Amino acid sequence: MSSVAVASRTPARARRGGGLGLGIASGYLSVIVLIPLATVLLRSTEAGLDGFWRAISNPQAVAALRLTLLVSLAVVAINAVAGTAIAWVLVRDDFRGKTVVNSLIDLPFALPTIIAGLTLLALYGPRGPVGVNVAYTQAGLVMALLFVTLPFVVRTVQPVLLELDAEMEEAARSLGASSQAVFRRIVFPNLLPAILSGAALAFARAIGEFGAVVLISGNQPFRTEVASVYIFGQIESDNVTAAAAVSVVLLGLSLLVLFAIGGVRRWATRHDG
Amino acid sequence: MGRYGLRFVALGYLAALVAFPVALVFWRAFEAGLGEAWASVTTPGALHALWLSVLIACIAVPLNTIFGVLCALAIVRRRFRGHGLVNTVVDLPLALSPVVVGLALILVYGRNGWLGDTLADLGVRVIFALPGMVLATVFISLPFVVREVVPVLREIGDEQEQAASTLGASGWQTFWRITLPAIRWGIAYGVVLTTARTLGEFGAVSVVSGHLAGRTNTLTLHVEERFQSFDPVGTYSASVLLALLAVATLLAMNLFRPKEEEE
Repeated sequence: MSSVAVASRTPARARRGGGLGLGIASGYLSVIVLIPLATVLLRSTEAGLDGFWRAISNPQAVAALRLTLLVSLAVVAINAVAGTAIAWVLVRDDFRGKTVVNSLIDLPFALPTIIAGLTLLALYGPRGPVGVNVAYTQAGLVMALLFVTLPFVVRTVQPVLLELDAEMEEAARSLGASSQAVFRRIVFPNLLPAILSGAALAFARAIGEFGAVVLISGNQPFRTEVASVYIFGQIESDNVTAAAAVSVVLLGLSLLVLFAIGGVRRWATRHDG
Repeated sequence: MGRYGLRFVALGYLAALVAFPVALVFWRAFEAGLGEAWASVTTPGALHALWLSVLIACIAVPLNTIFGVLCALAIVRRRFRGHGLVNTVVDLPLALSPVVVGLALILVYGRNGWLGDTLADLGVRVIFALPGMVLATVFISLPFVVREVVPVLREIGDEQEQAASTLGASGWQTFWRITLPAIRWGIAYGVVLTTARTLGEFGAVSVVSGHLAGRTNTLTLHVEERFQSFDPVGTYSASVLLALLAVATLLAMNLFRPKEEEE
């Protein structure tokens, strides 16, 4: 449905009324979100653009940002594959306890992030029963981020897979396509926009995550310190300008991801318009 | 890889990453007996943390619910300049690091912040006190009601609302009698998600709380404090309390989701 059709059906009266609601909503959004974030932007350049550049090119900050990006990309890649496989199993497979498994997917959303880190340390930490120790390692960081970003791809792919027309796949198979070819040529192209937007959301979550990584990472500069933990450390040592500068980098990345998701959505619905 | 192979890998991944670790925390909490677990969640520190978490939720959730409905109505039913901006800004808390949120509040309301000094002169403390923690939580949990109500509003369309106003209903009457009943399950679902996020928030609250034990510790901060003081029973039993709240959230989500689809 085009927006023009909607506009012509909406009477002028309905659009004019309720200006108060719009005023309250935008005022609230400004006070809670926009003004504080604008302040971060202003304070990051307090010492001029030179100061901003010095703060983000500080070796410890660069190491933290690089680690954040690399670990997040690895995590997103793993969960894009695992999430698609899980969604596939939940939609196309049938087994006892499927409802329980389906609810389990949302647990990382519902569970406080500090508990997420703690649960992984309980099983895979220094006194864990399985004999591996991921505490203070980059492997531990990866696990923590895999945990918190697990639901994104599953939850974006699942509905698309549910609505996918099985007839297309049957037609391909009856024409002699192998099941691999069916997946590669028919299923995967249909799932791709969902996988990408789920992966983008997961990426945004991973680069900013704090609660789940703070206990596991051990916060060793240059080794396991991610950007959010670095910012936290700078705030604690009263170095707010440096904290603001690195925050602006994260903020820019978040905005980029949001725009990318918007782009993927427009691309995915380009035939519907 | 056959069908069973894929099932085995997918379920194995879930078990290793989510199910086993969470189950172990439950087991660890009750390892020393139910009595000791109960004793450690009823210490004055733990009780105060629980009370503070509930208090913050009681302020943040209603605020974000009212805002969420107003904002969703504005996004769906009205056309105005800056429409796209509002849409993006609403999603921002989902994509932003909680630590950045905490920092932003410190820069506005903290020492040397452009509002902080004025407020301090008036005797109002925001940072390292309840108001800052509420602001941080409100920021973090802002998108959920909006994001759940927007699709429902799109789905129901505005024919009924138009019919009501043609028949002479005022804006308020139309909202209370037509719009609100139609979007109530969307709101309920959004409220569940907001509450879960509110009770579980750690990063942003951690930055602005100052970690004053017995004063500004919420339940999640209490868990961290117990962990840093090497108190496994205290850590795990408070974690179980929060995990149970998470499980209750999941049950509520399952309760509300199908009803939402029926409409």
